[in-house]
Amino acid sequence: MTDRIAVAKTYKLYLGGAFPRSESGRTYEVTDARGKFLANAAQASRKDVRDAVAAARKAFPGWSGATAYNRGQVLYRVAEMLQGRREQFVAEVAASEGLPAKRAQSTVDTAIDRWVWYAGWTDKIATVLGSTNPVAGPYFCFTVPEPTGVVGVLAPQQSALLGLVSVLAPVLAGGNTAVVLASQDRPLPAVTLSEVLATSDLPGGVANILTGRTGELAPWLATHADVNALDLCGSPESQRADLERGAANTVKRVLPAPAGEPEWTNPPDIRRLRGYLEAKTVWHPMGT
Amino acid sequence: MAAPSTARSGAGLPAELTEATRDDTALRRFLHGLPGVDQVGVEQRASGLGTRSIKKAAKLWAIDTAINMVDLTTLEGADTEGKVRALCAKARRPDPERPDTPQVATVCVYPDLAEVAVDALAGSGIGVASVATAFPAGRANRAVKLADTELAVSAGASEVDMVIDRGAFLTGQYMRVFEEIQAVKAACGSAHLKVILETGELATYDNVRRASWLALLAGGDFIKTSTGKVSPAATLPVTHVMLQAVRDWYTATGELRGVKPAGGIRVTKDAIRYLVTVHEVAGPQWLTGELFRFGASSLLNDLVLQRRTQLDGYYSGPDYVTVD
Repeated sequence: MTDRIAVAKTYKLYLGGAFPRSESGRTYEVTDARGKFLANAAQASRKDVRDAVAAARKAFPGWSGATAYNRGQVLYRVAEMLQGRREQFVAEVAASEGLPAKRAQSTVDTAIDRWVWYAGWTDKIATVLGSTNPVAGPYFCFTVPEPTGVVGVLAPQQSALLGLVSVLAPVLAGGNTAVVLASQDRPLPAVTLSEVLATSDLPGGVANILTGRTGELAPWLATHADVNALDLCGSPESQRADLERGAANTVKRVLPAPAGEPEWTNPPDIRRLRGYLEAKTVWHPMGT
Repeated sequence: MAAPSTARSGAGLPAELTEATRDDTALRRFLHGLPGVDQVGVEQRASGLGTRSIKKAAKLWAIDTAINMVDLTTLEGADTEGKVRALCAKARRPDPERPDTPQVATVCVYPDLAEVAVDALAGSGIGVASVATAFPAGRANRAVKLADTELAVSAGASEVDMVIDRGAFLTGQYMRVFEEIQAVKAACGSAHLKVILETGELATYDNVRRASWLALLAGGDFIKTSTGKVSPAATLPVTHVMLQAVRDWYTATGELRGVKPAGGIRVTKDAIRYLVTVHEVAGPQWLTGELFRFGASSLLNDLVLQRRTQLDGYYSGPDYVTVD
C-alpha cells in the first residue's frame, strides 16, 4: 500500500454533543499562517447559533447541578484526552499560528496545564468566593457562588488553542454551559478540541463550538435573550460597542474585550471564573 | 372564537352514504370498500411537504394563524382550578407585551374543570373544549360516557372531545362505535363534537381512513388524531390521511368538517409543516381555526417566542414566557 490516498478530514461544528455541518451548508477556506490552504471549515449561520444556545440551555441543569467534584473529574478527563492528542494539537497550532515546533509544543503544554488548573478550581471556588456573613440579627447568613447560565464566548482570534482553553475552561469549571465562536481564521485547533470534549465524559451541549465569521454571528449571540453572559474577548473592534448595547437589552453579564490580545502564557487568576458566577445570599433564621 | 359554525348543506347525505349506515353489514362493506392508503406514498408526500421553506411575512402569517388554531390544553391528573385559570389568562393574552397577538381558539380541560374555564373566559370569545367519554381510555359503559358528556355540556363547554372505543373498532364492531358517536353527538346538543381516533392505537393508515369516515358518517364536527396520552401521537402522515377524508367528505356532501392533530406538536416548525399540509391536502379554506386546530400545551410558548423573533429581529428565550 505505497500509493494509498490519505483520508482528508471534514471539519464540522460541535453542537449538542454531535458534529453536524452548518445548517446553511456553507464552508470557508482556512489557511495557515503563510496563506497556504489548510482545510475547509464549516461556516456556521445564525440558526446554528440558535441551535447551539438551545443545546446549551438544555444541558445547563445537568451540568450546573452536578457536584463540583464531579465537574472537576470530568474536566480532568478532558485534560487527559488533550494529552493523548498532543502531537495533533502541536501540528495544528504550528500550522495555524505559524509557530516553530518548540514554541508550538510549549503552547500546547501550557494549554493542557491551564485546563488542569481550572479543573482543580471546581470544588474550591465556592470556598474562596463564598462566605458566611456576620449579620445583626438571629440569622445564619451565607453567600455561595452559582453559575450564571449559558455563556457566549467569542474566542481570541490569535491564540487558537491556548487562548481558547483560557476562556472556555473557566466557563465550564464554574458550572456554566458555553457557546463558543472559535477564532475565525484559525479554527482548526478548536475543532480538534471539540473532538476531545466529545470523547471525554463532558455531557453533550455543555460546550458548543462553532466556526465561522465572528462578525456575522456575534450580534446574534449578543442579542439572544437566552444567553446570560458574553465574553467579548475575540470580538472585532468595530463591533464592540454594538455588541455591548445588544447584550444590555437583555441584561447580560459582559466581559469586555481586552485592548489587545492578552499574553495567554501569563499565569492565570480566578478573575475569569468570578466573571461567570453569581453570588447567592441566604438568610436562614436561627432556632431560638 | 367560540363554537365554530360548520357549514351544513340542507340537502342531506348522498344515497351511498345513507346506505352505508343502514346496518352493520353495509357499514362494514362501505368502510372496507374505501381505497387502501399507499403507506410509502403518503409518508413520502408528507415528508416532502415538510421541507417547504416558509419565511418572513408568510412565516409571521403562519404563526398568527397557528396561534389562532391552538386548543390550549391541560389534561393532567394534577390539574387544579388555579392552573386552569392561569391557562385561561394566557389564552386571552398569549403574549402580554404584545396585545396584538391573536387569541387561541379554545382552552381544553377535563369536564370537572370546564366550569372554571367557562367562568375565566367569559366574554373573551374563546371557547371551552372539554374531553369526555372516559377520556383517555374510553373504557366505560355507554351510560357513563353519555353522563360525562352531558355534565361537560351543562358546565358550559362549547366543544366536546370524545374518544372512540378502539377495542370495538379494532374487533370490527363498527356499528357499535358508530352508534356511540351518534349518541354522544346527540348528548352534545349545540356543542361541537370532536372525535378522537387515537391513531397511535389503530396500527394502520387504512384503519385511520376507516375510523375517519366512520366518525364523519356518525356526525363528528372534527376528527382528532390522539389523546396525547399514547405514543405515537399526531404525525404528519396520519393527519394527511385524515385531511383527505374531510376533503373527500366535502366533495361528497358539501359539508365542511375539521381536523385536529394533538400531541407531540411542540415547536413552530412542526406547526408550520402541518399548515402546509392542510393547504396542500385539504385546501386553503381549511386554514382557519374553525376547521383546523392544534391540540397542544407547549406549542403556544414556542409560537410566541418565534413571533417575537420575527418582530424584534433577535432570538427570545424561555425565561420570557410563562411556565405552565
